[in-house]
Amino acid sequence: MSTREIRLSTTPTPEALAELRLGDIVYLDGLMYTAREGVYIRALEDKANIPMELPSESAANFHCSPAARINSDGSFDMGAVTATASFRFAKWLPEWMEKTGAKLIIGKGGMSSKDYKSYFVPNGAIYLSTVGYGTGALLGRGVENVEAVHWNDELGLAQAMWVIRCNRMGPFIVASDLNGDCLFERENAKIAENIARAYEGTKPAVLKRYGETDDRSEEVI
Amino acid sequence: MISIDLIQRTAETLMNKAAIEIPQDYLDGLKEAANTEDGELSSFVLRAMLENYEAAKEDRRAMCGDTGVPRWFVKLGNGASVEGGMVALEAALRRATASATNSVPLRPNRVHPLWRTDHNNNVGIGAPEIEYAFEPEGDWIDLITVHKGGLFGTDYRMLFPSDGIQGIKRFYLDSLMAFGKRGLACQPAIIGIGLGGSKDICMTLGKRASVLRVVGSSNPDPRIAELEAEFKELGNSIGMGAMGFVGKNMVISCNIEVGYCHTGGMPMSVHAFCLSSRRAVARLWPDGRVEHRTDPDWFTPYQRRETVEWEPALEAAE
Repeated sequence: MSTREIRLSTTPTPEALAELRLGDIVYLDGLMYTAREGVYIRALEDKANIPMELPSESAANFHCSPAARINSDGSFDMGAVTATASFRFAKWLPEWMEKTGAKLIIGKGGMSSKDYKSYFVPNGAIYLSTVGYGTGALLGRGVENVEAVHWNDELGLAQAMWVIRCNRMGPFIVASDLNGDCLFERENAKIAENIARAYEGTKPAVLKRYGETDDRSEEVI
Repeated sequence: MISIDLIQRTAETLMNKAAIEIPQDYLDGLKEAANTEDGELSSFVLRAMLENYEAAKEDRRAMCGDTGVPRWFVKLGNGASVEGGMVALEAALRRATASATNSVPLRPNRVHPLWRTDHNNNVGIGAPEIEYAFEPEGDWIDLITVHKGGLFGTDYRMLFPSDGIQGIKRFYLDSLMAFGKRGLACQPAIIGIGLGGSKDICMTLGKRASVLRVVGSSNPDPRIAELEAEFKELGNSIGMGAMGFVGKNMVISCNIEVGYCHTGGMPMSVHAFCLSSRRAVARLWPDGRVEHRTDPDWFTPYQRRETVEWEPALEAAE
């Protein structure tokens, strides 16, 4: 397998998504928005109206809080941009996708193949992982403009909904495809073969902990 | 007397440098890792990171969007005095943290744990942390800021003497496995291990081992230094690299610090200082001189002393 580089729109066609393979490197063009726990709770639990036309304006949900500021004249300065770990948002994502038609979920570390198969695939969505982590300065260079910041008063800078115009923003790695296959689980399986050798000679701690497993091929997320 | 204005201005510069400039020792370690990495995806990740450090410096923007939870370590020579006293120093460090959060900009990461209140400036109850240490000689102060990510890669466990070195090894591997998958720990990292102390000090020792010791340093106890080398090797033999992809670089350096503990126990903590191992240091003198560096030089013989009295002559003879 060799690494392929692909330019992708933040409102991608089903055909463009079908082209993507696990491990492809992607650069994005178009509008993306940040949404994480603050936005999900406000939109889904508190039923606030989402202040964007989704998915026509953007089908790309970035799990991100940028290192950015709002200037006194209302303009924005965005420095570095990186993702936060996505697995914590599984609780809200099915409803969010249904409501917003998001096709690209972008974040850190991906989701489980169970998540992909149960609600990514039916919604025709895939997962893009940031690289590193994190290449904050490189991604920051891909920010052509900050178009708006929604819900800053309610949620604060870190949880607000930032609307970003991307110009060849990347790199991102394709971590799930339209089949619901999971790049990270594929890598886990390859690594699993060697785990026993690394642990050779060690023994379990004398004081156990509740919920503990001795199967290192399992994940803790 | 060291001027409070100098302290605040220097602290702001340090916040900026820490967020933007990767320390040379870590950069060298990562370059070495990139040269040896043959996992295709892992190798891509390391090359992207090297490019990212350059981009951050060129553009003067933070290297990572998660600018961590900024904190301070302050060390004072025994003869140092600060204009306005230590309360003024704390105020200056809080002001510098707030002001740099806006000027760099950093991500305002600090919120109330329950009410999620965000002052948008990384200052709040207990934030930034400010820790102190002293040295027997000197009229300078060292300001050290560390911007460490805060969610994954850290764990604590009470082990016992009967667990032995094999037990330590196992918990170390467990921490790498748990947080290395999917790259949650943002490895390859500087792994800090704290052994001994009471529970809180055990965590503190491990944290300091990861953030206050540079890549290439070793513990002065030769048997601990051997363990450090062995553990680095062990971590890199799992077959896991950056982002949890197949690879052979998980650990850039493994630093172990110890403290005396309860006779029945052997508490252990593990910390991972990530691909954005951000620290910046400056020494300030009463005549207004400021010297910047990236090695905190925290663990001096005085910090690791084990006798009742401090007798440098005696230590030197050993």
